[in-house]
This record gives sequence, C-alpha cells and structure tokens, in this order.
Amino acid sequence: MAALTSTAPARSGSSAGTGAGKAAARRRGPIEWVRAHVLATTAVLVFVFLLAPNAVMLVMSFNAPIGKYNYIWHQFSTDAWRHPCQVGDICQHMGLSLEIGVVAMIGSTVLGTMAAFAMSRHRFRARTGVNLLLFLPMAAPEIIMGATLLTLFYSTIGSGSLGFWTITVGHVMFCLSYVVVTVKSRLAGMDPMLEKAAQDLYATPRQTFMKVTLPLVAPGIAAAALLAFALSIDDYIVTAYTKGNEVTFPVYVYGAVQRSVPTQIDVIGSMMLLVSMAGIAGMLVVGRLRTRRR
Amino acid sequence: MSAQAANLGAPPAPPPAAGPEAPRRRRNRLPYLLLAPALLWLIVFFVVPIFTSVSASVQEGSLDNGYTLTWRWANFSDGWAQYHMQFGRSFLYAFLCTIFCLLLGYPLAYFIAFKGGRWKTLLMALVIVPSFTSFLIRTIAWKTILSDNGIVVHVLNDLHITDLTSAIGFTVGDHVLASPAAVVCGMVYNFLPFTVLPLYTSLEKIDPRLHEAGTDLYCSPWSTWRRVTLPLSMPGLVGGTLLTFIPAVGDYVNAQLLGNPNTVVIGQSIEHEFLQDSTGYPIASALSVLLMAVTLIIVLLYVRKAGTEDLL
Repeated sequence: MAALTSTAPARSGSSAGTGAGKAAARRRGPIEWVRAHVLATTAVLVFVFLLAPNAVMLVMSFNAPIGKYNYIWHQFSTDAWRHPCQVGDICQHMGLSLEIGVVAMIGSTVLGTMAAFAMSRHRFRARTGVNLLLFLPMAAPEIIMGATLLTLFYSTIGSGSLGFWTITVGHVMFCLSYVVVTVKSRLAGMDPMLEKAAQDLYATPRQTFMKVTLPLVAPGIAAAALLAFALSIDDYIVTAYTKGNEVTFPVYVYGAVQRSVPTQIDVIGSMMLLVSMAGIAGMLVVGRLRTRRR
Repeated sequence: MSAQAANLGAPPAPPPAAGPEAPRRRRNRLPYLLLAPALLWLIVFFVVPIFTSVSASVQEGSLDNGYTLTWRWANFSDGWAQYHMQFGRSFLYAFLCTIFCLLLGYPLAYFIAFKGGRWKTLLMALVIVPSFTSFLIRTIAWKTILSDNGIVVHVLNDLHITDLTSAIGFTVGDHVLASPAAVVCGMVYNFLPFTVLPLYTSLEKIDPRLHEAGTDLYCSPWSTWRRVTLPLSMPGLVGGTLLTFIPAVGDYVNAQLLGNPNTVVIGQSIEHEFLQDSTGYPIASALSVLLMAVTLIIVLLYVRKAGTEDLL
C-alpha cells in the first residue's frame, strides 16, 4: 500500500487528464490518480505557506537594511550575525526570556507530571471535574488569562509588584495543562504488562517505579518540559499583562515594530530556529538508532 | 499482587479489591497529594482571577483613588456601545481563520497521514518546526512577503485578484499589507498547526484498508471520503477547529502587526483600556468577561451540534 502510493507521484508528467484509458487499466481509477496529485500539490503549497516566513527570517538576517526597518532586502551583510547583541538590550531581553522559560519549565513540569500520574494511575472522586479544570486553560483565549490575572494582581499585590515572578506564575499556569496532556498520553501508551512483570519478579513498588515506570515515561516528561519551555519563551499576550516594567524578548519584538526592527531580531530568531531544528534532528537520529539496536 | 498491578493499568481499571491494608490506604490518599499542587495553582491563578475579573467589571473608580464595587452594570453596556465593532471583527476574523485553516489543514493532514509513508514523522516535524522560533518574528516576516514590491502582491495584482478583494473590502487598493486580508493571512499562518495536529492524529488512526473496502464496494473516492474518512476524522476536525477558533478570537498580535486602524480587534481594545487608559480598568474587565462569555457560548453550541462529548 505504502509502496504503491509513494510511486504514484513519480509517474506524473506523462499523462494528464487525457490519459484516462491508460490510467483506468491500472487498479486505481483516473480520478484517484488526479486526486493523488491535487493532494500532493496542495500539501506542497501549504508547506511553502508554513515555511516561507522562516525562510524569509533566515534570509533577512543577512540583510543590511536601508533605514530602521528590516523589511525590504537591500544588501548582503553578516554584520548582524557578528554582533547579535549590538542593538539596545536585545540580549538582556532574550536572557530574561530564557530565565523565565527555565523556571516556568521546571515548575510546570514538576506540577504537571505529578498531576498526570494521579490522573492516569488512580481512580478517585471528582475525576471529571479535575479533568475539566486541567483542560480549560488550554481552551481559554490567552488574552482572557492575561487580563484576568492582571485583575488578580491589581486587587491583591498591586500594580507595583508586577515583574519576573508574576510573569513566571502566569507561564507555569498556562504550561501546566500542556504538560499534563503530554505526560498523560505517554502513560496511556505504556504497556501495563511491563509493570506487572516487574512486580511478578518481586520488585517493590518503589523499584518498579524507579526502574520501569520512570525510564519509560521519561521521554514523555522530556517532551513536555521542552514544550513548556518553548511555550514560555514565545509567549507574548499573557506576558504583556503580567510584566510590569520587565521586557522579555517577545515584548521587545512587539514593541520594536513601532520603533525600529533591527536585523538582529531576525538573527536571534534564526538562532532559535537552528537550535531547535538541531535538537529535533538529534532526537530523531537517537530514536532511530535505538530502534535499530533492538 | 495481581489486583495491585491491575490498579496501575489504564483508566478503566477495576477498583482495588484485595490487597494489604496499609498500602491501599496510602494509595487512596496519594492521588490527592499528587494533584494538590497543580490544582491549587490552577485555582489560584486561573479560576480565582476569573472571579476577580467579574467583580472588577462592575466596579467604579480610577487608578489613583482606587476602585470600589458599585455593581455598575453600565460598564458592560458602555463597553459594548464603544467596542461592538471590534467584537464583530474579532469573531469574523476568527471564523474566517478557522475556515481557511480547515481548507488548508485537512488536505495537508490527509496527505501526511495516508501518503506520507515512512516520511510521516519528518513531515509532521516540518509542520511543527516553524513554531520553534518566535511567532512574532515570523509574523513580521509576512510584512516582507506581502510588501508592495514582493512577488506575491505582483502576482495577485496581475491576476486582478486584489481588485476583487478590494471590492469586498478585504484589501486596500493594490496593497495587501495593512488590510483585513493580511490579518487573516497571518492568523491562518499562526494557527494552522493547531488545526493540522488533531486532524492528523485522528486521520492517522484510520485503517487505510477501509479505503480499499470503500473502493471494493463501488464507492467513488469522493464518497469514500465523505462516508468513511470524514466521519472517522470528526473528533480531530472538531478538536482542530476549536483549538484554532478559541485562540483566534482572542488574538490581537496579527491585527496589531499586519492590520491598519480599521482592523482593530477586541484584544487591542482590551489591552488599550487596561494598559494605556488609567480609568479603563473596569471597562477592560467588562470587555474580557463579555469576550469570555460569548466565546464559551459559541463553543458550547458548536460542540453540542458536532455531537462529540468525549473531547475532554
């Protein structure tokens, strides 16, 4: 099945809609053949749509723009790559984002993993209600979370205390649900027989957990942590409401559109992209090596 | 021993029957202990704020003199009178965004799920990888792509598509930037992965042999899709549209970065009232409560209509 479909695009070109008779001789009809190509073309175009901004960002990071806005291509230059921190406090803003990202990642991963274990391993009262509460933050528009958090902070600690910790608190809040979902799905996909086997072999519950369960869930926890980190450093809307006078990288970029968009913004964006692409590629390679070894 | 193991299994596990007394009692308290920190966090920073917000929406006062609860329901009518256009735009753009995301996302998810073969993982990674750099930078990149000297605008002008879209007010003259079209384009771009991921998950579960069965039963590919694939992908479709529509309603980054003064959405108004206007705090709260309520009603109606209750 897979072999048959993967060769279909290769047979293109030779016959368009007119080669219907020939195509009908094949097991699949002409409509199916045309549809396969329409589908492939659409998929390619959608991929172009999805990836174009990243390509533009990479290209524009080598631009020497005229004026303050790096929107139009002018001249090749590696200046921005050689001096990524030269503009304003751009690297301090990135540093703040990374700090918040790490703290929010740790917080939400610890809380979320615990909750995920409780949700998938235990039956208890109010399960449905808890499920709903864990799901809601994912379904709420970000602006609602940001605006309501701001009213909470206004009415309790006052607007003067907004800063690093209020941002982090908000980030942990909206990352939590994603962590729970990610770890829960890993737990659900686990073969319960493995734990049963460990217990049959006289492992104590603690040993079973440390030697069997945890290693099996670890990839899920790692993925959840990465997701939380990515969500946190990329967040603008919730941060905008809880930031006080702090300026994270997204807040800086958002404000830059009104003042000036230096090439360095594209450089830092490209660095983020390259690092995460290398990470994904590394994980895929490691995963492939592992399955091959088995 | 076996009862204990069964207790570790998947959700529909039988209640712990036999077993040593002490560990059972501990296990019964364990889930609450594990859940408590996360739940407490969500209650304090997600549920309580909603109530403070509702309370703030009927308060009166100013930043200097403080706010007092006066049950001033007029905040809602004032907010509506002043910002109903922005409300309308938010929902219109979110609706259009959801439709376009489906039109682009369904074929893509279908292609990856059924024609991806061994490239499936890589193709799905390609859908996600763009999101690993700042979405603001990627949104700003659309300013370059849609600029007046760019290829896209030239092609659209040569094909007279901009004439058509300008006639219905979606673009302004020969330009694409700073128009509703640019805003919706940015939104579709930003939310497309949220449509594709759930769709892919439910399409990927479908056995391809069902397609062969459809063909064997003299179903045309189109009716195979309509009668077999589409119903089976409904959970993903409902999930995907929700994951797109809900954040799209509250999104104002695209409108801010790619729009013009005539594309102001409710998010911008709320931010303006909250952060720039010293007396706007109650109005802004009223606006966000209203936004929350309307979104919730639409989502509930949609979920009831789509008939998928096992979404949670």
